[in-house]
Amino acid sequence: MNEIFGWNNLIFGIYPYICLSVFVIGSWIRFDREQYGWTSASSQLLSNANMRLASNLFHIGVIGIFFGHLIGLLAPYAVWEAIGLSSLGKQDIAMYGGGFLGLLCMIGGLMLLIRRLTNRRVSAASRTSDTFILIWVLVTLGFGLATTFTTAHHAAQGSADTMMAMAQWAKSIVLFDPKPELVASAEMVFQIHLFFGLTLFLLFPFTRLVHVWSFPIGYLARSYQIVRTKRNLVAR
Amino acid sequence: MKVRAQFAFVFNMDKCIGCHTCSVTCKNTWTNRKGVEYVWFNNVESKPGIGYPKQWENQEMWKGGWELRNGKLELKSGGRAAKLLNIFANPDLPQIDDYYEPFTYNYARLQNAPLSEAAPTARPLSMLTGDPMEKITWGPNWEDDLAGEFAKRSVDKNLENIQKEMLGQFENSFNLYLPRICNHCMNPACVAACPSGSLYKREEDGIVLVDQDKCRGWRFCQSACPYKKVYYNWESGKAEKCIACYPRVESGMPTVCSESCVGRIRYNGIMLYDADRIEELASIGNEQDLYEAHCKIFLDPNDPAVIAAARAEGINEDWIVAAQKSPIWKMVIDWKIAFPLHPEYRTLPMVWYVPPLSPVLSQIDQGKLPVGPDGAIPLASAMRTPTKYLANLMTAGKEEPIRVALNRMIAMRSYYRSLNVEGMVDTRALEAAGITEEQVKEMYRYLAIANYEDRFVIPTSHQEERMDDAYGFQGQNGFTFGNDSSLGISKITLFPRRRKETPEPAELAPPADR
Repeated sequence: MNEIFGWNNLIFGIYPYICLSVFVIGSWIRFDREQYGWTSASSQLLSNANMRLASNLFHIGVIGIFFGHLIGLLAPYAVWEAIGLSSLGKQDIAMYGGGFLGLLCMIGGLMLLIRRLTNRRVSAASRTSDTFILIWVLVTLGFGLATTFTTAHHAAQGSADTMMAMAQWAKSIVLFDPKPELVASAEMVFQIHLFFGLTLFLLFPFTRLVHVWSFPIGYLARSYQIVRTKRNLVAR
Repeated sequence: MKVRAQFAFVFNMDKCIGCHTCSVTCKNTWTNRKGVEYVWFNNVESKPGIGYPKQWENQEMWKGGWELRNGKLELKSGGRAAKLLNIFANPDLPQIDDYYEPFTYNYARLQNAPLSEAAPTARPLSMLTGDPMEKITWGPNWEDDLAGEFAKRSVDKNLENIQKEMLGQFENSFNLYLPRICNHCMNPACVAACPSGSLYKREEDGIVLVDQDKCRGWRFCQSACPYKKVYYNWESGKAEKCIACYPRVESGMPTVCSESCVGRIRYNGIMLYDADRIEELASIGNEQDLYEAHCKIFLDPNDPAVIAAARAEGINEDWIVAAQKSPIWKMVIDWKIAFPLHPEYRTLPMVWYVPPLSPVLSQIDQGKLPVGPDGAIPLASAMRTPTKYLANLMTAGKEEPIRVALNRMIAMRSYYRSLNVEGMVDTRALEAAGITEEQVKEMYRYLAIANYEDRFVIPTSHQEERMDDAYGFQGQNGFTFGNDSSLGISKITLFPRRRKETPEPAELAPPADR
């Protein structure tokens, strides 16, 4: 009883499923019911100063980090073995690559946040959720960057155990065999980063973040002109 | 041959008096909402001038429309990959200040102010932030009637290849009004540039619309439209544009701007065209040939082969009749007095313009202008507005078609002058201009009298053919946002709602009876 409702189990055993469920089902419901609000909510029209730099830094950083996490945490060990990468080598890539992308993202994100808070036009057009989610992303990122220093400390001791435990935990969640105890031994900064990161999935469907789903990759294969007809309504 | 029908416009600039009734009625109907305060689906510009938004015609700057790359049509702002690489920050996006900062006034102050020596003033308030504005520095028609300095106005792209210096002098200045709406192009750059595929052209009538549910706010339509007639609603995060008043047009009524035009300069009608030739004709090498190429895409609605092909495409009988009676066809093809706006953008626009005559009355009285055989009406070459300017606006700089059109309009006046003033028929001017007496009588009826039923020949859309259950459609109200017109209405939502209120003065005016 105690074990099931222990903090560790709640946050790293049960909470991830709440977050991921809300993330998927919430996005689905919103896409189905509320597409008029489904937009990138750009404010570039209102203020363009530094936008090319800030927005590109932020987005490139955040996309790189997302896929870095996805591959780093979820790719099976066999993949790393096949390309001959040791766990320490992998940890180095995560540390330097993630650190670099995180830095790009942080610089861009702070520029965007300052703009959102200080530019009168942008702040007037902002919803509370726009400002809130940006701050949330940056705080998550801040803890993520902080973990690179802890990881560096581990690396100096020749250990990749924490990183391996994280990856194992992530896999355990995805495979519906949660092992929250794997996270319990990690430093606090990892745990906080995880909590903020998980919560991002929980908040996702209720904010402008949904535009991530809509990255228009299909445009590359589309013909330029689109003509719609009402005629097929008859056939329906 | 793939026959399609297009709901098209002609604006007779010769009769536009620049009263902005079209703009105001349109604004009140469609863009009187939060997020689109700066948006005018219809606006009237004084030319020469840089327009709305600033310098919209300068495509080196805005990269709107199409260009030929190795003989192939490509968006001037770059292809599909370039769009996706620039998706986080559109490098060609106009700023709101390129349009103007929308404003209102603190009117309540005029009534609420305490008694004072000086009269109270209503300060301008920004409709973006609600803050007081120090000074209004630009507006939707800042250059009205040539307001401002010539130096600023002369940046106008259409003054290229013209001796500008002379035109700065008062004696040589000229002014014309350019009413603008979305051109509902046959080869729209906005549709092509939309990564989400939310913009589309309707097959039935060619009206170009934005699917408000599918739009994701990437904003490439706004920069890709060379006419800058797609706008971004900064509140909803969606693109919006002129909808050609489709709810009216579908039921056979003219658009609001056309209906309300006090000068009766606007014509609405149907044109049949060959959709298979769009790409071929939009890719003609020489820019100056694009106007003629555009004319070639239209199909003669009286040609039996065209009628048969139109029927095969499912175009209704009343649409074919409307195309035969189309005022657009008469002006564009029969009389050749209407021209597209900037054909060099290669979008094949479907709002056409009759160029304005601009004689100088006192100069005629003093007998200083060269006149035609009637001895009273000046020649096209003696008009105040340089033909080159009109050509830069409407034929990519080719002056001959413009001169022909102006001469025909002059010949019409000369003919009716001989009839009404001299009391005898003088057709010399008609022969010189290459039109028949019969044609000119019709021209007179369409241009000078401009009866309602001649100006607007609009067949109704055939919704009844497209609905299984018309009863189920009852009560749906067409143009709304969000879920409020769909069947399942939920008052409670977890997701962000649209905020409807535009920043208003903090003080509200007292009721009128106090």
